[in-house]
Amino acid sequence: MAARAIWKGDLKMGSAKVPVKLYSAAQDQTVRFHILDKKSKTRVKQHMVDESGKEVPNEEIRKGFEVEPGTFVILDEPELGKLEPEASREIEITQFVAPKEIPPEYYDRPYYLGPDGDQSAYFALAQALRNKEKEGVAHWVMRKQRYAGALRAEDDHLVLFTLRNAEEVLSAKDLPRPAGRAPDKKELTMAKQLVGLLEGEFDPDEYKDEYRQRVMEFIKKKAKGHAPKLHLVKTKRKAASLDKVLSRSIETLRKEKKAA
Amino acid sequence: MPVDLYPGNRSSRLPLRMLGPEGEPLSRHYYSQETGDDLEDHEMVRGFEYENGKYVIVTDEELERLAPEQSRDIDLRKFVDLESIPPLYFDRSYFLAPSEGSEKVYKLLAETMAKSGLAGVATFVMRGKEYLVAIFPENGILRAETMRFKDELRTPKEVGLPDMKKVPAATVKKFENFIAKHSDKHLALKELKDQKAEELLKLVEKKRKQHKDVVKVEEPEERAQGKVVDLVEILKKKLAGKQKAA
Repeated sequence: MAARAIWKGDLKMGSAKVPVKLYSAAQDQTVRFHILDKKSKTRVKQHMVDESGKEVPNEEIRKGFEVEPGTFVILDEPELGKLEPEASREIEITQFVAPKEIPPEYYDRPYYLGPDGDQSAYFALAQALRNKEKEGVAHWVMRKQRYAGALRAEDDHLVLFTLRNAEEVLSAKDLPRPAGRAPDKKELTMAKQLVGLLEGEFDPDEYKDEYRQRVMEFIKKKAKGHAPKLHLVKTKRKAASLDKVLSRSIETLRKEKKAA
Repeated sequence: MPVDLYPGNRSSRLPLRMLGPEGEPLSRHYYSQETGDDLEDHEMVRGFEYENGKYVIVTDEELERLAPEQSRDIDLRKFVDLESIPPLYFDRSYFLAPSEGSEKVYKLLAETMAKSGLAGVATFVMRGKEYLVAIFPENGILRAETMRFKDELRTPKEVGLPDMKKVPAATVKKFENFIAKHSDKHLALKELKDQKAEELLKLVEKKRKQHKDVVKVEEPEERAQGKVVDLVEILKKKLAGKQKAA
């Protein structure tokens, strides 16, 4: 069954407009648990309490920004409402860059775009982005939130990503370089060999969330009343010299390759 | 290679606190629907709803024991060109810090990957979840980007997108020209600034100067001590080799 669009808008590039529908591309498969009251095995609820533990009803709750420890500036709903961006249906594309200009850590949520009416403009834009090997930088307002994003072609279709704010991404440049001595030449040569032996193509089919399956199987069995006994797994960690670890790894891999 | 994982993203959501009528900070509390009583941590359990209203209780210990030993280490079995991974897979970002005794391997791996331009791909289990990660160096530090598993992404077909149609070459050309005209060498970081946060801060500063709606509350000791642990600070110390395992 086809998914339902979560939003509709127009991709705007100069004077050209491409009407699109937005669909979630991600579907989180994490095993979802609920928090329960241990005694009654029922779902718990949440409320806001003051320091004495007394409940404060929703209509009495105010929001404040802590300017220094213990000092708050209170903001009321009309004030916060004024900060909301104006509603709009436009996804404005402001610039185009090479995909590597947007590092992985900026990508947040992916959405498929589908044509809303005119299919030829939609597929022409996807093709043009692919031919030019570029991603568009997008700005739009959706559900009272301002978003910055990246527009790119994924095979034949368009995908729009929300991007994280610059303030949200921690850069390695703000961190100290790791301590310790630099690797020597021999180690570098061996490591290079090892990485070379393991070089390949990214293939998403190679990776299955096996742990998720184990958890689900365990839950099914436990629901039927016969949970298997689980044993404590001991982690043993042997410290070996870097030299030995590397040469052993290379040896094993070579054997595996030959056997294959 | 034993390593520790630290978040590489931080929430930019401005921390607006919930306050009571007199401006006193409030906190969120769980309570039982059955009895209405407040619940402490040890009075709550984790349950999976397998039928409407029926739950299977799963403990931390069980989740821990369900992970096979070899799944707990980050075992890099494949190195790929980072740019060949479609961004659809990227989820959250972390930094890896060497754990005791692994500083040498860590540096060696970072340097080797930096030279080859490759990223290592691996899966591992941590705190009740399996992660698929791409590991790549940035300024001598290893970044681990968690990725979605394939079944966590819909396909265009599942979404119901139409198949590609043949389009007039002139329309493609028109878009190509537009792209060429508006292409830049670099992404302007100002495109990614948090405008709402800036506007909110401005409003806060203005009200503060006018002494409007400013409340001071005595900071209870508990709150002052219970300050959020700053993971970035711990990571910095860890990288600099100044602190043992957190």
